[in-house]
Amino acid sequence: MTESTGGIEVEEETAGRVKKFMFVNRKAPYGTIYALEGLEVVLISAAFDQDVSLAFVDDGVYELVKGQATKGIDVKNFSPTYRALEGYDIEKLYVDAESLKARGLTEENLIVPVEVLSNEEMADLMAGQDVVISF
Amino acid sequence: MKFGIMINEGPYTHQSTDTAYQFVKAALAKGHQIHRVFFYHDGVNNATRLTEPPQDDRNIVNRWSKLAEENGIDLVVCVAAALRRGILEENLAKGFRISGLGQLVESGIQADRLVVFGD
Repeated sequence: MTESTGGIEVEEETAGRVKKFMFVNRKAPYGTIYALEGLEVVLISAAFDQDVSLAFVDDGVYELVKGQATKGIDVKNFSPTYRALEGYDIEKLYVDAESLKARGLTEENLIVPVEVLSNEEMADLMAGQDVVISF
Repeated sequence: MKFGIMINEGPYTHQSTDTAYQFVKAALAKGHQIHRVFFYHDGVNNATRLTEPPQDDRNIVNRWSKLAEENGIDLVVCVAAALRRGILEENLAKGFRISGLGQLVESGIQADRLVVFGD
């Protein structure tokens, strides 16, 4: 585990501290690398036994859309990784209702179970976090 | 207060590394601590010693090195993001080190505030 965690002995360095981490995904999955590299941070955070949640807002909701076909642009389709998050005990996925609606999407279009939140609910959730990292 | 810093954009194209630098300087001047500066995404390009900006421009890379040396700041470059962009030990500027993403998560845990600079 120490290699993936940057040489950190998780239990020694964090001394059992659990913080609320929220990763805010704002970008489309392809076109820029933010979504892909963002997901790498999420996976590493699982090794630290923190209280992790993910928010999807703006074009970030496209990251979860079913049926991503990337052969034509010669980029790896990494969307199956979102389905694997459950295995890392990362189960709190929140999606902004307005962002979905503005893009003609519904919960049924998404590859994983999520909780759809209003702007206000999302803002409250963010305000309650210790660490917010946006991609 | 103890700050963790995350920088997600490269030098010159984006202002975020300039803003982060000014923030770190101001925080130190006010007596705050900087737990770590973590470079991710194109932010890893702040760590190459091969940059040569025009003489009348700021040298962003050297500026970080100098700040780190004077204040003992830990400048960490994500290994996966760095390798992807050709940032290696052999072209790493002074004061930077390459390590894993766990260094970022740890900074989030240890610091009072983690401040993200990017687009």
